Amino acid sequence: MPIINDTIFFDEKAHGEALEKALKLTPQEVVMEIRESGLRGRGGAGFPTGTKWMLALSAKADKKFVVCNADEGEPGTFKDRVLLSEYTKLVLEGMVIGGYAIGANKGFIYLRGEYAYLYNHLQTYLERLRNENRLGNNILGTNFSFDIEIRLGSGAYVCGEETALIESLEGHRGEARNRPPFPVNTGYLGYPTIVNNVETFACAYIVISKGAQWFAKYGTEKSKGMKLISVSGDVKKPGVYEVPFGITVKELLELVGAEETKAVQIGGASGICVPMSEINRNISFEDIPTGGSVIVFNKNRSMLKVLRNFMEFFVEESCGQCTPCRIGNKKLLEGVEMLEKGKCSHKYLNELIELGKTMQIASKCGLGQSSPNPFISIVTNFKDEIMSNSIRGNNGN
Amino acid sequence: METKISSGRAPVAQKPHIVSTTSTGDIGGLVDIEINGRQYKVPFGMTILEACKQNNIHIPTLCYHEDLCIAGACRVCVVEIEGMKTLQASCAFPITGKIKIWTTSEKVRKARRHILDLLLSEHYGECYSCVRNNNCELQTLAKEYGVDFYRFGHIEQRRYEVDRSSYAIVRDMDKCVLCKRCVRTCIDLQEVGVLEATRRGYSTLISTFMDKPMIDVICINCGQCINRCPTGALRAKDPSDEIWKAIDDPTKHVVIQTAPSIRVAIGEEFGLPPGNSMTGQMVTALRMIGFDRVFDTNFAADLTIMEEGTELLLRLKQRFVDGDSTVKLPQFTSCSPGWIKFIEHFYPEHLDYLSTCKSPQQMFGAVIKTFYAQEMGIDPANIVTVAVMPCTAKKFECNRPEMNASGFKDIDYGLTTRELAQMIKEAGIYLPELPKGNFDEPFGNASGAGLIFGATGGVMEAALRTVYEIVTGRPVPFENLDITPCRGIDGVREASIVLTNVKDEWKFLEGVELKFMIAHGTANAKKVMEALIRGELEDYHFVEIMACPGGCIGGGGQPIPTSPEIRKKRIEAIYKEEAGLPIRKSHENPHVKYLYEKFLVDGPCGHISHKLLHTHYTKRGKYIV
Repeated sequence: MPIINDTIFFDEKAHGEALEKALKLTPQEVVMEIRESGLRGRGGAGFPTGTKWMLALSAKADKKFVVCNADEGEPGTFKDRVLLSEYTKLVLEGMVIGGYAIGANKGFIYLRGEYAYLYNHLQTYLERLRNENRLGNNILGTNFSFDIEIRLGSGAYVCGEETALIESLEGHRGEARNRPPFPVNTGYLGYPTIVNNVETFACAYIVISKGAQWFAKYGTEKSKGMKLISVSGDVKKPGVYEVPFGITVKELLELVGAEETKAVQIGGASGICVPMSEINRNISFEDIPTGGSVIVFNKNRSMLKVLRNFMEFFVEESCGQCTPCRIGNKKLLEGVEMLEKGKCSHKYLNELIELGKTMQIASKCGLGQSSPNPFISIVTNFKDEIMSNSIRGNNGN
Repeated sequence: METKISSGRAPVAQKPHIVSTTSTGDIGGLVDIEINGRQYKVPFGMTILEACKQNNIHIPTLCYHEDLCIAGACRVCVVEIEGMKTLQASCAFPITGKIKIWTTSEKVRKARRHILDLLLSEHYGECYSCVRNNNCELQTLAKEYGVDFYRFGHIEQRRYEVDRSSYAIVRDMDKCVLCKRCVRTCIDLQEVGVLEATRRGYSTLISTFMDKPMIDVICINCGQCINRCPTGALRAKDPSDEIWKAIDDPTKHVVIQTAPSIRVAIGEEFGLPPGNSMTGQMVTALRMIGFDRVFDTNFAADLTIMEEGTELLLRLKQRFVDGDSTVKLPQFTSCSPGWIKFIEHFYPEHLDYLSTCKSPQQMFGAVIKTFYAQEMGIDPANIVTVAVMPCTAKKFECNRPEMNASGFKDIDYGLTTRELAQMIKEAGIYLPELPKGNFDEPFGNASGAGLIFGATGGVMEAALRTVYEIVTGRPVPFENLDITPCRGIDGVREASIVLTNVKDEWKFLEGVELKFMIAHGTANAKKVMEALIRGELEDYHFVEIMACPGGCIGGGGQPIPTSPEIRKKRIEAIYKEEAGLPIRKSHENPHVKYLYEKFLVDGPCGHISHKLLHTHYTKRGKYIV
């Protein structure tokens, strides 16, 4: 079972009755509370949630939508699964609060296809909320009505990107849209839409329940609150951890019982690979941001194999729409194959790093922009190991 | 009735932007921006690309096309905006505030070069063996960016088999750069929806339903995708080798007919600006190439008007005098083969509304292999009929099994404007400098009515000139016969003429308001058909539909590139030439009269013409086996 250590946010006692509180405030007050808490999106990009909700609130439209991004597809992250199955109330009522805050009457949970087994559980819970008048018409006797529908994804990683997710919700092929306009303005079916991560909704619940001040006590200056981290790889105690933002990689490694560690991949396939020389860096939006995935590699791991795995992932999971991501990732993968054969020159490797930098700034969406991260960080931080095949001229298994 | 060309089945990912609802106050105003260090004022909401274009700042593009919704997919047009971490696609970025833009900064140049290198690494084949050599946007970009080596390698093996199954369109996916212009054309511009991206990531491929060959899907062969493909991934099926062979064979009598819209477009293939009419030069060139006879399709267009106009009057009589309610009105035109296949697939239950007239191309073929063969004393088996058309669907049409009433294929080969230009070049001829020639008799004379078939609304205008005069005995009440309500480029247009003081035999039409409608582009055809199904066209009499935007002048076989401006120029050239013609009504064409006197002796819609000049349609439906 996953472990949540020293739970603060996710301690049952901390939960309280956020929905009742929120409905007594005006939508503006709810948004201000979220703003003051400093809550930033937990999916990884870290956009200030209060700002997003404010934009959606101020957008004028006859319909608005709330979308819970439960397409938890980043390799190595599984904290949303825990929230959905064990902290369902926080997530669902967090969505209701979001709906109240922006003036939406309809919400969607975009549930990862692989999480279909949670569908019945969520449906039962939604029904329970409806029976308790915490969902549906005139929630808790107020004028506010809101309902939630579950939609299943079909396995595309790109649908975790909010505009691709909306495309998918609308029944189209999962492909990122041009931004601007942003979903807060022109989202689902062209209406203002907030798309937030599962954990963000849970955090919003906590902010309302415990207050912005209490929430902001935790974390760093620009990364407020606690963060759920999914830890996997070469550790004794893999699982989901609740840690304050600002925790150093070193502290985290100690917490999870990592030994003989060589590298830590933070932020999943689209994250960066931190070598031991940098373990005093911390997990926060100021330093190393993450949606929650931490994968630990010990000294027996081949970084080239690690990299190959990530690059194969991106070659397959790019939506294929824009050139830098579609072909760029393939070129990086071919570079890894050349490295494996000891046939990649320093010059070409540098060329590929430059290509990676272009992909970071020229790709259409976050997927393409972050896909070269592991390549750049692994070949930069582990250059000696990566190039050793070339030097020895073997395939170095 | 809406008149927008594209009506919107494309995903929002590929749609133009809806300007922010929170700042509607700014719409209509001007925004101060800075591009490359210079100040400009541009309209709020305009994209960076448009703003740059307006101010003569060049930004390279690839997936962008004026006719299509925005994709923002190729990333070639990226620019740098101060304060933004990532580069932005200029085609998709609306200007809504004061921004500073750099269009050629180091970052931008490097990114564009990388993107180009990536595209080239996956682009199979060599330029010199490509139909788009010298007219390829990828090639142009490579030149613009001085590409002199393949930085990221170059694919050396085919990955996909070339699909040559269609009569009209060849798909070579090894040359595809995934700009999705064809997808946007097919789904959004034409609303046919044969092509879409399938698979994902590096395996992404533009494909048909279940990867079926083009012949088995509901492609209407309009070729609009070819006109908008930046590379040679989509091209027309070229019959010129067979045509050369026939020309070289002394036993064959090779006859070519040229559609009305070729003459105003073919100059573009020789570097002339759009809108130059090359009628006489084209005739000379065709003779130099070695065609035995050069005929004008406009003649057959006049013939079509006689048949189709008569058919309309017959339908009106059957419906209103004989009270036959099974006779369908409005009558829809049938000269656009893309439209015919479209209705056969999408509205198979409504084929009775179509005129039974063959298209001018096919009528002409039938007349050549019967009457002309007789008159000339040539065995029709030795006659090869070639039709140069602005159209790729004509290639399919001439291969329809029902198009052989004379016992021979009405038309043996359909050639596009582009392919004809290629033949002319191959013959060592520079078209613009040729002396003007005249079409051959007996089918060389055509009326202006036949000429305007080339532009949207032209068939309607031509038909009205004849029908009105048959019924009333007077010319249409428009200055210079220019029925201006028929002209224009709105997607769907409608108008009416009241028939007064009619001749005795048409008494039942006295005071009738003849209502007609014109649509071009199959997306608009769909709107008309939906209106028909809703019962909104009950009191309409005649509808002209052209499958291609702008009509034939915008056909899938016309010179590349195409744009609203280019199509407008071609249309203007047609009307300009028409205005100067001595005969401007189909029924006054002496050769048409002669044909009815000598050959189609029982008149328009009589038995002979019914056998040779009329056809039937197939209920195809949308289900693909």
